[in-house]
Amino acid sequence: MSGKYTVKRFLSENAVIITFIVITVIAIPSSQLSANYIIQEMITRLGRNSFLVLALLLPIYAGMGLNFGMSLGAMAGQVGLILAVNWRISGIEGLLFAALVGTPIAVVVGWICGSILNRAKGREMVTSYMLAFFINGIYQFVVLYVMGMVIPIRSPAILLSRGYGIRNTLNLESVRQSLDTAWMLTIGPFSVPVVTFLVIASLCLFIVWFKRTKLGQDMRAVGYDMVVAEAAGIPVDRTRAISIVVSTVLACLGQIIFLQNMGNMATYNAHDQTSFFAVAAILVGGASVKKASLPNVFIGVVLLHLLFVISPRAGQNFFGSAMIGEYFRQFIGYGAIALSLVLYASKARREAVRVREVQYGHGGGKKAAGEAR
Amino acid sequence: MGQEDALLSIEHLSKEYYGNIVLRDVSFDLKAGEILGLVGENGAGKTTLMSVLFGMTVISETGGYKGSVRIDGEEAKFGSPFDALDAGLGMVHQEFSLIPGFSTMENIVLNRETMKASLLNDVFGDRMSLLDRAAMRQRAASAISKLGVTLDTDMLVADMPVGHKEFTEIAREINREKTRLLILDEPTAVLTESEAKILLKALRNLAGQGIAIIFISHRLQEIVEIADRIVVLRDGTVVKDTVNESLSIKDIASWMVGRSVSVDRKQDGAGRSFGEDILQVDGLWVDMPGEPVCDVSFSVRSGEIFGIGGLAGQGKVGIPNGIMGLFPAGGSVRYRKKEVPLNSPRAVLEMGIASVSEDRRGVGLLLDESLEWNIAFTAMQIQEKYLKFRLGGLIKYRDEAGMRALTAEYIDLLDIKCTSPKQKVKQLSGGNQQKICLAKAFAMKPDLLFVSEPTRGIDVGAKKLVLDTLRRYNAENGTTIVMISSELDELRSICDRVAIVNEGRIAGILQPSADVADFGLMMSGVAPESSDAQETAHV
Repeated sequence: MSGKYTVKRFLSENAVIITFIVITVIAIPSSQLSANYIIQEMITRLGRNSFLVLALLLPIYAGMGLNFGMSLGAMAGQVGLILAVNWRISGIEGLLFAALVGTPIAVVVGWICGSILNRAKGREMVTSYMLAFFINGIYQFVVLYVMGMVIPIRSPAILLSRGYGIRNTLNLESVRQSLDTAWMLTIGPFSVPVVTFLVIASLCLFIVWFKRTKLGQDMRAVGYDMVVAEAAGIPVDRTRAISIVVSTVLACLGQIIFLQNMGNMATYNAHDQTSFFAVAAILVGGASVKKASLPNVFIGVVLLHLLFVISPRAGQNFFGSAMIGEYFRQFIGYGAIALSLVLYASKARREAVRVREVQYGHGGGKKAAGEAR
Repeated sequence: MGQEDALLSIEHLSKEYYGNIVLRDVSFDLKAGEILGLVGENGAGKTTLMSVLFGMTVISETGGYKGSVRIDGEEAKFGSPFDALDAGLGMVHQEFSLIPGFSTMENIVLNRETMKASLLNDVFGDRMSLLDRAAMRQRAASAISKLGVTLDTDMLVADMPVGHKEFTEIAREINREKTRLLILDEPTAVLTESEAKILLKALRNLAGQGIAIIFISHRLQEIVEIADRIVVLRDGTVVKDTVNESLSIKDIASWMVGRSVSVDRKQDGAGRSFGEDILQVDGLWVDMPGEPVCDVSFSVRSGEIFGIGGLAGQGKVGIPNGIMGLFPAGGSVRYRKKEVPLNSPRAVLEMGIASVSEDRRGVGLLLDESLEWNIAFTAMQIQEKYLKFRLGGLIKYRDEAGMRALTAEYIDLLDIKCTSPKQKVKQLSGGNQQKICLAKAFAMKPDLLFVSEPTRGIDVGAKKLVLDTLRRYNAENGTTIVMISSELDELRSICDRVAIVNEGRIAGILQPSADVADFGLMMSGVAPESSDAQETAHV
């Protein structure tokens, strides 16, 4: 039975990733994009998005699911960038300054978020999702009223014409791609932003190292079973809160890296879809609510963005309208999230049935009863 | 008492919960390297005793205890389980407290990992230290070797057989350097016979190294095999504290179940006649957390009161819950020669089978609704009684007058104490709530009635009334009743036959007049010697 069973199990465990590969393989030819173009896009997007997706890992280890609250960190990063532009600090220094301003804010909102999620055990994901909306309100208030009224803004170019509040679109020309171009390596037709990749690689190393620390061990223990961890004397709530704080800080840094690559920023909604795209990517990469790894992150970023790149063109060629591809991409993103959540739930149910079979004899009680007679 | 060399001595320990005495003047000693077998029925006070020993907060929250616990002759008052751990006590619970995704080694040293300093220690504190896996593995291996068993230190708990989990848990307790007293609560309950043998041998090993052990088990065979001394608790008092020498299991069983009082049996088997088998259960399994049923077969005759007894956690409560479709179940249940669909509560109710749940407040009642609603509810939902139809059945609405009459009838019949039939049931006392549950089941005019723990948590007077009601209902209406209860006396007083469940299986079916020690033996999973009292179990 083993051969057939393992194939079936492999398919069901990797359903999301396989669905994506199939759709992509079908869509690539019809997009009529060149391989060089696609590969260059993938390199750029890996540099742009990976850091944000990596920020999701720690809360998954701690058993808190997908941290939709990471847009809190993104907002902190944006505040840092606004101030960096305001004080005309440009280049890498501007990014460092933004990180310096954003990190303490991220620590504070992360701690608030972690404390709130500790009161909503078992419902972390939906709580963090809603919390992001709430903090978004505060962010809007700060950026729309406080900046220019309370916090002095010296650069009139970024202010709304009424004299306070930040413009809808912020031009990040001063820091634009300063990290990416710090050392741009050209390999054949491709240009690779080496420094950005080095930053991402060092974060990966940090995560690997972190898993081997006492705190990392505790975090995994808490993730598997809070009650047992508590009974062993591990400070459960504190550990969970720390995982959210680290995630929020990483999201803050990730958003700065993301925006420096984009070169401009939609002041009021750049952070809206940060968590949505990051979550979709990690799920497409084969992660689940309970389990995720570094390869999941990179596979996910490549697959999701591959589809994002080709779907408008495929839509154009298939249906005569790029908009359809655009819709398709939204649909795919949310679909991936819904599909993985559903698959995770059904997998948990199948697992319960499997455990039951082991416990009560194969296929339930019938056979056991037969043996008894 | 108060021996010089006692490691642990418990002196005149008493504990009550809200006026309800659960431990009364309990005293015993334990020496280093001694194995004490602690035996008792449910509610005998074992759990409370262990809670006191371990400084569980539930004890201090409910007014503390009287008497004293001494360790090495010094009074010990633990504020929390962590204090007890520091004093050298270790406990292995019935449910595993292991991290499934961790290896044996990681579980054994959980939160006591060996660490190496790292760069970030100065900034972020000790938790940023790296784990020293080699040292951890070594410590785990030494704890395992103390036990004298072989375990793979790198195997994940999730992949382990149950026996290994048990050993991992014990190894974790003895990995603490200070652990001198180990308490094991039903350690063999989940083990196979051969695994249990290895465990007993491992415990002997530990005792040989000077660790004192309190061994709690319902398997008396094991107690007799391993214990140096046996303490039997019954109704919160120590009824026997004796050296384990030439004791028979039967003696211990009768001390445990005890109660020399003769069973108050109003009706005799004589004069009661039963029809054919109406309920046939064959190979039933039920996945009910805490009360798993593995493989149960029995049949019930029409008009009979059939009792199901056994210790808590052995699966007796799982049987009605499985048949009624409240928990995932499998196997075959036939009622009046028709297959009962499992996992479908509505279909079972429609066949004329009703049940009174052991979870009165959770499943049994609509706490925020009136008596009328509660009593008529199931009949209304399932049988469309107490409804009025308009427009050819398109619109249904409640028949308030019918419900009122029904409620009045049962208030009268069962003597329910309430201010009005509109009162909310949550305001009633436990005994009266139980009567509502019965009335609710009776209102369906069931053909077969399951009653689980009908007297749990209600006072003596109410108990008698509930039992009398059941007996009268059975006599007057010919309703077949299957009663599940932890109270053996109760079962023996009203049932025509009593089945004892042990480890998810029927250990045997006895006449209520059988020797009390036979019941005790069956609860421990031992077949009684005097088999003349035992009916051949229907298969």
